[in-house]
Amino acid sequence: MANRRDFIKIAGLGTASIALANPALKALNNTFFSPADPLSAGLYRTPMVCEICFWKCAGWTYKKEDGTIWKLEGNADDPNCNGRLCPRGTGGVGTYLDPDRLKTPLIRTGERGNQTFREATWDEALDYIAEKMKGIAAESGPESIALFSHRTGSAYFNDMLKAFGSSTYAAPSYAQCKGPREEAFYLTFGETIGSPERTDIRDTKCLVLIGSHIGENMHNGQVQEMSDAIDKGASIITVDPRFSTAAGKSKFWLPIKPATDMALLLAWINVLITEGWYDKEYVEKYTFGFDQLKAHVRSFTPEWAYGITTIKPDVIRDTAREMFNASPAVIIHPGRHTTWYGDDTQRLRTVAILNALLGSWGRRGGFYNPDRISLPQMPGPEFPKPARTWRDYYPDKYVLAGEGVSNVLVDASIPDGEREPFVKAWFVDATNLIETLPDKRRTLEAIDKLELIVAVDIMPMEITGYADVVLPEATYLERYDDIRVSPGRVPTMALRMPAFEPQYNSKPGWWIARELGLKLGLKEYYPWENIEELLEWQLKQVDSSLDEMKRIGVKVLPRSYDDIYFAPGEDIEFGTATGKIELYSTQLAAEGFDPMPKYTPHPQPPEGYYRLIYGRAPMHTFSRTSNNQHLRNLMDENNVWVNPAIAKRWGIENGMEVWLRNQDGVVSNFPIKVRVTERIRWDSVYMVHGFGHGNKLLTRCFGKGASDTQLITNVKIDPVMGGTGMRENFVTFLFEPEEVIS
Amino acid sequence: MRYAMAVDTAKCVGCSDCVVACQTENDVPHGFARDWVVEVNFGTYPELKTEIRSERCNHCDNAPCVRCCPTGASKIVEGGIVLVEHDKCIGCGACITSCPYDARFSHPDGYADKCTFCEHRVKHGDDPACVAVCPTKCLYFGDIDDPGSDVSGVIRTREYKTLIPEAGTQPQIYFLT
Repeated sequence: MANRRDFIKIAGLGTASIALANPALKALNNTFFSPADPLSAGLYRTPMVCEICFWKCAGWTYKKEDGTIWKLEGNADDPNCNGRLCPRGTGGVGTYLDPDRLKTPLIRTGERGNQTFREATWDEALDYIAEKMKGIAAESGPESIALFSHRTGSAYFNDMLKAFGSSTYAAPSYAQCKGPREEAFYLTFGETIGSPERTDIRDTKCLVLIGSHIGENMHNGQVQEMSDAIDKGASIITVDPRFSTAAGKSKFWLPIKPATDMALLLAWINVLITEGWYDKEYVEKYTFGFDQLKAHVRSFTPEWAYGITTIKPDVIRDTAREMFNASPAVIIHPGRHTTWYGDDTQRLRTVAILNALLGSWGRRGGFYNPDRISLPQMPGPEFPKPARTWRDYYPDKYVLAGEGVSNVLVDASIPDGEREPFVKAWFVDATNLIETLPDKRRTLEAIDKLELIVAVDIMPMEITGYADVVLPEATYLERYDDIRVSPGRVPTMALRMPAFEPQYNSKPGWWIARELGLKLGLKEYYPWENIEELLEWQLKQVDSSLDEMKRIGVKVLPRSYDDIYFAPGEDIEFGTATGKIELYSTQLAAEGFDPMPKYTPHPQPPEGYYRLIYGRAPMHTFSRTSNNQHLRNLMDENNVWVNPAIAKRWGIENGMEVWLRNQDGVVSNFPIKVRVTERIRWDSVYMVHGFGHGNKLLTRCFGKGASDTQLITNVKIDPVMGGTGMRENFVTFLFEPEEVIS
Repeated sequence: MRYAMAVDTAKCVGCSDCVVACQTENDVPHGFARDWVVEVNFGTYPELKTEIRSERCNHCDNAPCVRCCPTGASKIVEGGIVLVEHDKCIGCGACITSCPYDARFSHPDGYADKCTFCEHRVKHGDDPACVAVCPTKCLYFGDIDDPGSDVSGVIRTREYKTLIPEAGTQPQIYFLT
């Protein structure tokens, strides 16, 4: 086995020769207190909810005796983290301390795309925005102001814009990420997966990952539970052209030819039905369309799939049997980032159907029924009904999309020759759209047409360089936010509160939105003066208080009903048109889509090109954390993974810098180092998303590594819900920067 | 009493939470680390195997760093923890050179630094920061002389190895395979 051996330290610097002493962070003489000492703990720690990713773990901010930040730890009562933050959460210290943070409101003085701003007071900046918004509303209607937001659970900007008359809103977490999965499960089971995922991994006997790289994606609770499942002897089946970390822990690794997952999934359905390896009672009682499905998949044999996927028929049968033997404690995991090839809702439908056949939905070790508490809203006037929405502008597009589609709002910002664009202004809240949306050229085309762009962020990002007004938000350690009410096996509430005063001239999001609301004449929508008043009122409605939450951080509540799993033989009415689990989707049929999933061949890379596969590293979130020194210590640039056989053909050595050029001639802004590794298939390359920053104000991460987003110019739109398939881009290697210029 | 740690390589995903938790807990300056993660790959596509290990000072029973220290700053304290007394350390670097595990570094304040098994936490009954934070619970810590401890349990029931046993250092970090 050991004829090839890469040996690398992937984190930490064990050698003594590297001296990077940072005088600002000179180590103190250790005067530690023990967290076990309640007096010290009570004096020094405040509850927080992490904002580094969307998992929203609750924990504590610990201070040193001099009042500066010491560390962040998980709250043991929080089911999202069980007292254990992930590396990004632990390293959140570096986000708070980042010297490159946005420090004061900025108003543009030069062209968009240049960092030419003047510093402004909050009053000036908000007045400027309010005047512009009023002008745009007078001319084009308030609904022409769109909000893009990707923050964890706080609706301050959304509510402010709704009160102003706009419901034009999209979160990139839908059409650039989990939208296909949500719609596929909704169409099949009448319910979505949600976040955190309702996967009962800790009790599963078989976990099937289709391109999902749990452990590299650091979705904390899922990573913890996968580890628990390994302890309990669960088997893992991983389907991935890359030998992911999870593949290294799997009983079966299926190194599939990229873009052929649908064929494998259909073949699995074929085997389950042909062999009778499905839950007959469950299928009989709960599902609709089994006979149609049986006829539909008859020809999708493992032998048929072998020619497409390169996965051998006996492996397809063995893994199908493995799933059946574990059922119903089996999870064909729906993944999270699912916008791959444009037929993604249909692919996720096959995943949903597999789970239905195996009876895992609503069963222990499969998918549980989550519960959450809904906090009452303080009484106030109803939001006005917007005059128009994007659905009026595009009445025929993506009728099954359950949420706003960010790429549609981009399209609606660009004149189409006949109509005035629907969107005239962007409010961009905590999402770096330039690195989030594929096809950067299209995003920039839209930006060029807009009358106003406002960016709210804590860091100078690519998008802030295009904004007309930049509003610096306080970090999550310096502000209150809405009470976190995550769904889970039990309902919970968690408090985020400031451990520190906002640094510089930054302000909490709630304050910014409210102040702007007041300037827009929306005072009646704010029956509270400050956020503590609002939180106190809300908590009192559920027999808690701000004082209690400050003390405990997390409150675990009892479930409303004892319905985490289906009871044996229970009658269930599913939220679909037929009231059954729809193996045959009546809704898809009604809208003119395939009611049962079909395999569509996707293009494969031309000679000399390799499919660009991207993913996550456990120590970074999106492009959000690349400048965080604590996390840069663990990973400060991405590499492009290249199979040794391909590297040899190109004369590429490990660590060599290359530029990447895609099928449309787009060349990476920056060179990227090659990691020559057996862990990637010969027809693909792999890189971690979120690097190659082009904003020089990010002084630590500017130009480190390359951006995958920049190379994703071929976008395959999912006709069902508008998702942007991003995995049909192919890259080749360039060795000379001169070639970049030509 | 003898403190020891076991690292379950079947569960470790290499996320490096142990590294950053140690850094904040112990104020380790940027550019240095008291623990780190190693990934070793074997085989050719598609017959592959990956081993991921969270590594740190082995708190050896026969510690070369302690033997070679000219001032007695490097010492073994209760529970077998190898510590450096900062005030006594003259920063000569002999211990850094002598460690076969590359576990020590020269702290910018002039002393040799390394993992302490979070002695300041352990003495209150808490786990070291890396153990307490690990999302996969792949780190086991405790008294190896106590048959009821977690670490004794996994060492008794699982296959394990130590690093560079031929150096004769009698390391106390066990890697479950």
